[in-house]
Amino acid sequence: MSRYTIALVVNNQSGVLSKIAGLFTRRGYNIDSLSVGTLDSEFLSRMTIVFNGDENTLEQVKKQLNKLIDVIKVVDLSKDLSISRELVLIKVDTNSNNKRDIIDIVDTFRAKIISYNKKSIIIELTGDKPKIDAFTSVLSSYGVKELTRTGSVGLLR
Amino acid sequence: MKVAEAIIKFLESENVKTIFGYPGGAVLPLYKSLKTSTINHILVRHEQAAIHAASGYALNTNKVGVCLATSGPGATNLITGIANAYMDSIPVVIITGQVNTNIIGYDSFQEADIIGATEPFTKYNFLVKNENEIGKIFKEAFHIANTGRKGPVLIDIPTDIQNKIVEYNYPETIDILGYKPTFNGNKNQIKKAYEKICKSEKPLLCIGNGILSSNARKELQDFISLTEIPVVHTLLGKGALDEKDPHYIGMIGSHGHKFANNLIEKSDLLIIIGMSISNRTTANFSTNEKSIIHIDIDPAEVGKNLVSNIPIIGDAKNILKELSNYKYNSAYENWINIINFEKENNNIYLGKNKIIDLKLAAITDKLGDNAVFIADVGNNQICAAHNIKMYKNRKFFTSGRLGTMGFSLPASIGSQASDITNEIVVIIGDGGFQMVMNELITLYENNLNVKIILMDDNSLGMVRDLQKNRYDETFSTNFKSNPDFHKICSANNVKYFNLNSLKDTEEFINYNSLCLGRINQRDDFYE
Repeated sequence: MSRYTIALVVNNQSGVLSKIAGLFTRRGYNIDSLSVGTLDSEFLSRMTIVFNGDENTLEQVKKQLNKLIDVIKVVDLSKDLSISRELVLIKVDTNSNNKRDIIDIVDTFRAKIISYNKKSIIIELTGDKPKIDAFTSVLSSYGVKELTRTGSVGLLR
Repeated sequence: MKVAEAIIKFLESENVKTIFGYPGGAVLPLYKSLKTSTINHILVRHEQAAIHAASGYALNTNKVGVCLATSGPGATNLITGIANAYMDSIPVVIITGQVNTNIIGYDSFQEADIIGATEPFTKYNFLVKNENEIGKIFKEAFHIANTGRKGPVLIDIPTDIQNKIVEYNYPETIDILGYKPTFNGNKNQIKKAYEKICKSEKPLLCIGNGILSSNARKELQDFISLTEIPVVHTLLGKGALDEKDPHYIGMIGSHGHKFANNLIEKSDLLIIIGMSISNRTTANFSTNEKSIIHIDIDPAEVGKNLVSNIPIIGDAKNILKELSNYKYNSAYENWINIINFEKENNNIYLGKNKIIDLKLAAITDKLGDNAVFIADVGNNQICAAHNIKMYKNRKFFTSGRLGTMGFSLPASIGSQASDITNEIVVIIGDGGFQMVMNELITLYENNLNVKIILMDDNSLGMVRDLQKNRYDETFSTNFKSNPDFHKICSANNVKYFNLNSLKDTEEFINYNSLCLGRINQRDDFYE
């Protein structure tokens, strides 16, 4: 099993997301992450989908997606030629003992503190999956209260 | 003009002669407009029959079949037929009514999310939200349904939209950003295929539905006359080649001829055209250690169930023409000997019942060269596929990939309505017949001249056989009581014949109006 990332340009209209999600469900493919945003034209959206599978799965996913009339383009971002990023927001409990440590970690990872109060801070970090994974795992020992990740977005170089 | 009137005009522009439907509250504006149009409306007795009839219309004409049903239960009753059309790549446009736009999503009376429900087995579907898009939507629906790999397209239209006033505008051109099916095969791939064919000593053509759906019978005939390559076919490929042709071998698949399946294994090159290589097709053979040329209009079929050396994406008709432009020097003596040996020694298929086989062959041999045979699903279907010979312009339709019992009789409504000069023959078991016998009256009401052969074994034969083979016993697959089919026919004004009697059989063959002949498989025959 490998991880694959594909980007789609799709019609921006209701029902399209369910058509794409439905295709993955029906054929037994599992979506790891999915992110959607509109493009320049209000009629089009771009999706980035990360999923697990083998080479055959990737081929079939691409072909089946191409068959959908609402899918205009399928781009394979699995190759080395692509860049992908995700964003994470983490709320961490703070007290006078751990505050300094957390700020050091934030600096090391070049993350940002975007909210700060007596009890907790909220940190923002963008990066590829391994970086985000590393960051969340380091912070986990400090009492992560809440965490939200966007899923990958990617582009070909 | 009202949207409902515009829609009927669109159908007229698409040259739709007959549609099949069942009225209800949410489609009344459409029915009002239909009344004054030139389009013939056939009122079925259950919505499922409307979609099967539209499929029968499409199969017989290669044009788009159209059916119409109301919202909620009307729409959901269509679902089996839509899935059937999707699996067998039949071009149909389905029009459903929907509750008024302002009450969609409130679980209103007769509201069902038919768009969501049919999403997995429509080629595309539209919910009409803006009345000004109606022309574009219909144009695209007909285009999508009948190009590329054909299939069903559903248009869901809220009642209030049907009543809105629009300017009549039916676009002449189409440009769908995400839909550009490949029509022409890649020249290099075609050349590679040609070179492969030249090197092969034991080539075999394996054809399916795609030949018929791309209207490529003539091109296939030309190609095999030129190359001398023998031909096997799938259940849905029956009728693509005249069975008197010397290159014709037989049917493959789980219920195909043993020799045909054997020959697939023995060939060194398989040329697959327009078939989905489903698990039922490949059940009895392996394709290891041979070259495969795979021609299909749907890129997703290539490499899905079988890895091919030379895939060619495009229209079968077109690619066969291109392949026929080359010169072939074919001599397959050794291969022909193997084929003849196999044919002699392995001429068997699953479920062979000699008496019934002879009976059906004898009856159908006497029918016309232009007859259209529509087989249902089960043992009757396999018996029909093996014993009805496809000569000249004969056609053979059945529910292949979905295996929908009760397909044949409603489909005959559409096939006959599309061309009343056709001789339409339905082959159906007593199980399937009891699912759809309410449509006998539809045939009668519309003066549709269909011959029905009811193969009555008082059971669900194929499932019973499966049960016996796999689980050693049968349960619930034999009917404890069947209706009196003679009385059912009388009640529906259908002439009844007992095909166990010689006299009745002769009369049945020559009878030129709606009739049903019953083969009682438990009784003795005249032979």
